[in-house]
Amino acid sequence: MSIWSYANPVKFLALSARVQPVLWGAAGGCVCLGLIWGFFGTPDDARQGSTVKIIYLHVPAALMAINAWFMMLVASLIWLIRRHHVSALAAKAAAPVGVVMTVIALVTGAIWGQPMWGTWWAWDPRLTSFLILFLFYLGYIALWEAVEDPDTAADLTSVLCLVGSVFAILSRYAVNFWNQGLHQGTSVPVATGGRTVADVFWYPLLISMVGFGLLFIAMVFYRTGTEISLRRAAALRARSDGKA
Amino acid sequence: MKALLQRDLRLALRAGGGFGLALAFFLIVVVLVPFSVGPETDLLSTIAPGVLWLGALLACLLSLDRLLALDFEDGTLDLLVTAPLPLEAALSVKALAHWVTTGLPLVLAAPVLGLMLNVPGGGYFWLVISLALGTPALSVIGTFGAALTVGIKRGGLLLSLLVLPLYVPTLIFGAEAARRGAAGLEASTPLLLLAGITLACVACMPFASAAVLRMGLK
Amino acid sequence: MEMRVSDLSLARGGMPVLTGVSFRVSSGAALILRGPNGAGKTTLLRTLAGLQAPLTGEIIGTEDQIAYAGHADGLKAMLSVTENLIFWAEVFGHSDISRALQAYALEPLADRLAGTLSAGQKRRLGLARLLVTGRPIWVLDEPTVSLDTDAVMQFADAVRAHLAGGGIALIATHIDLGIKADVLDITPFRATSTTRAGASDEAFL
Repeated sequence: MSIWSYANPVKFLALSARVQPVLWGAAGGCVCLGLIWGFFGTPDDARQGSTVKIIYLHVPAALMAINAWFMMLVASLIWLIRRHHVSALAAKAAAPVGVVMTVIALVTGAIWGQPMWGTWWAWDPRLTSFLILFLFYLGYIALWEAVEDPDTAADLTSVLCLVGSVFAILSRYAVNFWNQGLHQGTSVPVATGGRTVADVFWYPLLISMVGFGLLFIAMVFYRTGTEISLRRAAALRARSDGKA
Repeated sequence: MKALLQRDLRLALRAGGGFGLALAFFLIVVVLVPFSVGPETDLLSTIAPGVLWLGALLACLLSLDRLLALDFEDGTLDLLVTAPLPLEAALSVKALAHWVTTGLPLVLAAPVLGLMLNVPGGGYFWLVISLALGTPALSVIGTFGAALTVGIKRGGLLLSLLVLPLYVPTLIFGAEAARRGAAGLEASTPLLLLAGITLACVACMPFASAAVLRMGLK
Repeated sequence: MEMRVSDLSLARGGMPVLTGVSFRVSSGAALILRGPNGAGKTTLLRTLAGLQAPLTGEIIGTEDQIAYAGHADGLKAMLSVTENLIFWAEVFGHSDISRALQAYALEPLADRLAGTLSAGQKRRLGLARLLVTGRPIWVLDEPTVSLDTDAVMQFADAVRAHLAGGGIALIATHIDLGIKADVLDITPFRATSTTRAGASDEAFL
C-alpha cells in the first residue's frame, strides 16, 4: 500500500488513532527520562555549573523549532504538487507547535544566557535568527486565520512557507554577516561532524531530543485530526444547507 | 505594459497618496528620532544611516496595502488577469510604479534628511547608493505581500506582519553598507550582497506574486 | 469560430454548484444564461473567463478570446472617461476608442473624471470597455444593472453589432434585451448533495 493512501482523511484518522497512544507514551517516556537523567543524573559543568542543565530543554526545543518549519515546508510542497488536503492541514497543525518550541528555545536561551553572558538578551546571530523564525511562524499562522476559504488559505500559506524558507535562510546568513555572536557552537553533532559534548551529557540530551521529536509528531497527529474533523463538520453542514 | 505604468503613475499623482504621503511619513519619522533619543550630534550621526534605512523601509510599507487592494475592489484585477498582458509582467510593472512613487523620492530625499542627522561627509554617497539599490527589492517583496493579502478584509496589518520578516536581509545589508560607508570603512561587500538580493528578488518574486494573486482571486 | 463547453463541473467555496454543463455557441450567436440567485451563473462566467478552474470538463475555443465584464467595472475614479478607455485599449493592444464612446453616447462625458459619473454612466463606460478590447467572445455578468431604458437599447445595439461582426456573447441577465439568442437555463445542472465531482469538501465526507 502506498504512503499516499493516507492522504485520504478517513484512512489518516484511522492510522492516527492507532499510532497516537504509542507515540504519546514513547514521547512522554523519552522526555521524562531525558530530563530527569539530565537534571539529576549528570555532573555540573566545570565552567557553567548547574546552569548547563537547561541544555536538555533548550537544544531539543530549538531543534524541533527548525524541524517543524522544515516539516511544514515539505507538507506545503506536497499540497501544492499533489493537492492532498491532509498535507495542508498537517502543515497548519504543525505551526503552533513550532511557535511553542521556538518560544521555549528563546526563553530557555535567555535564562541560560543571563548567568553565562550577564544579559538576558544579546543580538547574537543565533538568537536573532530564532527571533526571525518566530516572526515567520506568526505571519504564517496569521495568514491561515485571515483567509476564509480553506483551500485558498492552504494555497497562499504554502507559497508563503516556500518563499519564507528562502528568506529565512537568507536572513540566517545576513544575520551572521551582521554580527558575530556570543553563542557557543552547536551541541548537535550532525551539524559539525565532530561531537562537542561529552558522553555523560550526550546520552540524556539525545534521549531528550528523541522525546521532543516524538512529542512533536504526536501533537501534529492530534492537531491534524482536529483540523480534519473541523473541515468534515463544515463540509457536512454546507451539504445539508445545500439540500434544504 | 507602458499603459499600466503610465496609469499607475498618473493615479499616484492625482490621488495624492503616492509621492507625497510616503515622503511626508519619511520626514516625520526622521524628525521624531531626535525627540526620542536626544539631540546629541554624535549619537545622531552614529545612528543616522540606520534611522534613514528604517524610515525608508516603513515609508515603503505604508503604501503597500493600496498597491493591489484598490485594483481588487474596483474589479481591475479580474480584468487584468483576463487581459493579454502576463500577470507576472503586470505585477512587475506595478512594483516599478510603486518604486517610482515611493522608493525613488525617498532615495532623493535621504541626503537632505541625512544632513539633519549629521551623517558624516563621506557617508552620503553610500547612503544614497545603498537606498537606490535596496528600495527596488522592498517594492518587489512588498508586491508579493500585497498579492498574498489581496482578498482579505482589513489586510493592512497582516500585510506588515508578513512583509517585515521578508525585509530583514535587505535591511541588514542595506543599512550595513550605509553604516560602514558613514564610518569610513570598506562598504562594497554588503553593497554587492544587497545588489544580489535586489536582482534575485526582481527576477523571481513576480512569479511568486502572480501565483498567489491567481490563487487569491479565484 | 466556435466555443464549446463539455461536461463542466464547478465549485464555489469548496462545494460543487453546477455539474454536467455542456453547450456550444458559434460565431454570430448569443447565449443568455438564466437561473435563480445562487444557481452559479457568476461562477460559470468566471470559469469561462479563466478566473477560476473547473473541477472537471473542458472549455474549448476561449483562450485569449474573452472580454469579461463582471459586477465591478474596473474604472478608476481619478481618471477621465477617455483615459480609462485608452488604458484598457492599450492593454489589449489597440488605440482607437471613438467607436466605444459613440456606441454608448459617452462623447459629452469624455473629459469628466470617472468618479463624478452616476452609477448608470459608469456602467455604460464599463460596457464601452468591451468594444476597445477587440476580443470576439463577450462574457457578461448582469450587464444591465443600473442602466436606464435608453442605455439598455444602446447595449442591445452594441451586442447586435458585435454578433453581426462574427462575435459571440454569453450574457447572464433577467431582462429581455430583444436580441435573438438561445436561452440556457442552468437550474437543471445544479449539483445535488450526491454529486461527486472532486470539490474540495468531498474529501472530508
